[in-house]
Amino acid sequence: MEYYTGCGFSGYQVMTPQPPKWADKLLEWYCRKDKLEDLQGDLYEFFNRNVAEKGLSRARMIYFLDAVKFFRTYTIKKLKILGRMNSFRLFENYWKTSVRSIARNKLFSSINVVGLAISMSVGILMIVFVSELLSYDNFHEKSSRIYRVISSFEGVYNQGDPSNLASTSPFIAKKLKESYSGIEKVLLFRRNFSGDVRYGEKIITLQGHWMGDSFFDIFSFDVKSGNPGTMLAEPHTAVITETTAEKLFDEEDPMNKVITINGEDEFTITGVVADPPKNSHIQFDILTSFITYENDQTEDGSDRYLKVTNMWMYHVYLLLHENTDPSQIQDHLDQICEEENAKSDRYEVGFYLEHLSEIVPGKDLSNQVGPTMDFNIIYIIGGLTFIVLLSACFNYTNLSIARSLRRAKEVGIRKVVGARRRQIFTQFVLEAVILSLAALVLALGLFYIIRPEFLSMDIDDTVSMVIRPVYIAYFVFFSMLVGVIAGFLPATFLSKIAALKALRDPGRLKLFTGVNLRKILIVFQFTLSIAFIIGATISYQQYKYAVNFDLGYNTENILNVRLKGNDSELIKSSFSTVPGVEAISKSAFILSSGNIWGATLKYDDPLDSISTHLNYVDENFIDLHDFELLAGSAFPIRVNTENEEHIIVNELVLKRFNMGTPDEAIGKVMDVDGEKMAIIGVVKNFQHAMIESDQHEFIFRYVPDNFYYVNLKVQSGDMISLIHNLEKKWRKIDDVHPFEAEFFEDKLQEAYSEYQYYFKIIGFLAFLAISISSLGLLGMAVYTAESRIKEISIRKVLGATERNLIYLLSKGFILMILMAGLIAVPLTYYLFDQLVLSDVANRISIGFMELSMGVFITMLIALLTVWWQTNRAARANPATTLRDE
Amino acid sequence: MKGTNLGEFEELVLLTIASLNNSAYSVSICDEIERVTKRKVKLGVVHSSLNRLEEKGLVKSHLGDATKERGGRRKRFFEVSHTGKVALLKAKEQRDQLWSTIPDVVFQGIRS
Repeated sequence: MEYYTGCGFSGYQVMTPQPPKWADKLLEWYCRKDKLEDLQGDLYEFFNRNVAEKGLSRARMIYFLDAVKFFRTYTIKKLKILGRMNSFRLFENYWKTSVRSIARNKLFSSINVVGLAISMSVGILMIVFVSELLSYDNFHEKSSRIYRVISSFEGVYNQGDPSNLASTSPFIAKKLKESYSGIEKVLLFRRNFSGDVRYGEKIITLQGHWMGDSFFDIFSFDVKSGNPGTMLAEPHTAVITETTAEKLFDEEDPMNKVITINGEDEFTITGVVADPPKNSHIQFDILTSFITYENDQTEDGSDRYLKVTNMWMYHVYLLLHENTDPSQIQDHLDQICEEENAKSDRYEVGFYLEHLSEIVPGKDLSNQVGPTMDFNIIYIIGGLTFIVLLSACFNYTNLSIARSLRRAKEVGIRKVVGARRRQIFTQFVLEAVILSLAALVLALGLFYIIRPEFLSMDIDDTVSMVIRPVYIAYFVFFSMLVGVIAGFLPATFLSKIAALKALRDPGRLKLFTGVNLRKILIVFQFTLSIAFIIGATISYQQYKYAVNFDLGYNTENILNVRLKGNDSELIKSSFSTVPGVEAISKSAFILSSGNIWGATLKYDDPLDSISTHLNYVDENFIDLHDFELLAGSAFPIRVNTENEEHIIVNELVLKRFNMGTPDEAIGKVMDVDGEKMAIIGVVKNFQHAMIESDQHEFIFRYVPDNFYYVNLKVQSGDMISLIHNLEKKWRKIDDVHPFEAEFFEDKLQEAYSEYQYYFKIIGFLAFLAISISSLGLLGMAVYTAESRIKEISIRKVLGATERNLIYLLSKGFILMILMAGLIAVPLTYYLFDQLVLSDVANRISIGFMELSMGVFITMLIALLTVWWQTNRAARANPATTLRDE
Repeated sequence: MKGTNLGEFEELVLLTIASLNNSAYSVSICDEIERVTKRKVKLGVVHSSLNRLEEKGLVKSHLGDATKERGGRRKRFFEVSHTGKVALLKAKEQRDQLWSTIPDVVFQGIRS
């Protein structure tokens, strides 16, 4: 090996090891002239050493790394361009003046930082929330080509108000697969598989779906073992997640093991996949092959399965070819709809294509596969957040404009020295950005305080609200944006100041075309506060109203226990021995808490049918819940082998079919879903649905097979040990499923948690708005008191009382708040009366109490704030304030 | 105040420069420190430390002659300036003073 022999420009190309040229170039580019030669020399020396010791490629690598590593403050060139760029050098100066000005006005800076931080914490919450929602389903490799078919159904009972469904019928899958091109894969599955899965001695309850075999061809779930293309192709096969595998098989390899589902069907495990990521809208513990289910549905030869209206439980997903235009598929779907709708006049169906990314967040559809979020909710919360943010920005704007007189001289001098308007503008915007960045740090802290509260509002199965590294960039960008918005107006005002005027007589500067603007901003802030407080009050009242609503039957001291597939009679006899249990009834579901079951009801005219709501109950139900029987009696005890003979109806049924008085109706025979039953009792109307809906025709039936709950009337001084005793009994009968009992009243509260959430969100925003506007008001009050201190002192010397002075100083503010009240009250009233509560059948009437509350609270807080400052100014000793002139 | 006190590594570099007498340049300083202390020393560390020392006025430097293994580039030789010598002496003095006050019993039985 020959070494380098002197001058680099020798004509002979000597084969010597050379460091990478571009690394050299890099070094030469950034390194200062006076340091370059010996530094590069050193690196060459080491390079040659390394060539000998470690080989050429390693040496070149090390040379490159060193060249990069020597990029340090003392080695880099002073950039010539920077020297010429005045504004960059000025940047340093801006920074310095800004930081100094922020540090000097401690009160104002902290008011601004705190106000911004409070509102930005909600902004951060929104950023995390929306980013997380938008990341849904983006991990699928073919996501851009995945669509699903959604449906609408308009039948006789919901004319004019079609149901919009995320589900669709198997018919569509068949049709698309057979008759149309452009689709690479069609996936058909049935959602909500749930069962007790047994392997050996272990039994666990698992949730999942009956999944079509193209699932893993379309979606990119992480398959750990098994053949993705075929593992769901055979009947009685199942794919489980890793967590499930661990629970069920421990260390064993689950592949090809046979599990028993619900004690009867045997399934072979053909695959194991990683748990579906949180941001997948399809969640499962187990997937059972759809073909198993399909065979079951079609084996009796009935055509029900392939009916177009069989659209409540099935989902169809499509993987389109690369070059297929989705509108082409939509045309196919429209065509299918047209054909189908022509066949019947009893319903009208619609099928639409929806892209994978539009599922979460998405439209408000029923029958969703997994958790989702309505896009409108995002808009609403986002809008409210934006308004609160704006309010905090206004604080900054207001205070800065108010105090801008003090900076006028600085601006004057800058202008004399040659600053352009744009540069001054930049300076003041920068100042706002510095503040908002400081606020960001505080806001992040606040975010962690409000995060658990936010998650507790039943959305923790949709989002986890964890900050990912990339969000930090969003936050910084967001806070800079906030800074720019907040600083825009003050910067505009200050940069407008004429240099001569500012220097000659700053006191007479008329930059306050801003006075009116400031008032408008304050009025806006307080309008917002009042509106939010009123909103929170109304939603709280409505919640209380809903929970305490007189349903027409008794819910007190009733404990509902889910049967979970156990025999109702067995559970009943076991529970009846527990002391404290006074009576037991059985029912299909819990009334008044959101569930509605339906059936078709006819009387004497076979063509006149209605869809009635119903519940299946036993002989004790009516009595236990204190329903008021207007005529007839409760059910007699019924044995499962007898025919179902009786129903109990409410008054509305009588009215609907003109059956006369309750007494006359007893014994009349009605047609329930095609079976004849006699009315045995008539109950007074009661609220069986949530209070948003009106009362409806309702019947009770007695079908022992349809019991899913037992209702216990309990009376005990020690409910905890009572429930404990019940649980012990439960364990003896069923040791697989956990004992699940809930008081009726708790269930109702839970059902109306939506109102509670409204109250929480609006209440929280109200708190933010009022804090922010009070902070702003405090700032303005301090400023007013400060700048008028001489006037006040002179007035005082001339004989004004403290009360006069306080009145003088607060008059303006009080007027502004009254104005805000005048705007906010009618606005909020209209909003809630006409929009939010307009669809609710049973609602509070918005009265004086609800409306005046907001104005009152806001007024009180504002007055206290202003009073605190004006009082101080009014009490100041005129001798000390007037002395120094 | 910053700049009057010597850091441990700075002192090491300064002493090495003094001991190498006229042939001290970055690579040789590196090698010498490695030889004496048996620890791996990065060129970058020595370089920045030399830069600091020069800023503090503890060392002076001049460019020497070109050599072939350096691709025809000159070396920058360092020598300890007057201030540097004073600083080293002061450091030594402080240490000696401390050593002299340590009672013999403390190091009894220990040999380096």
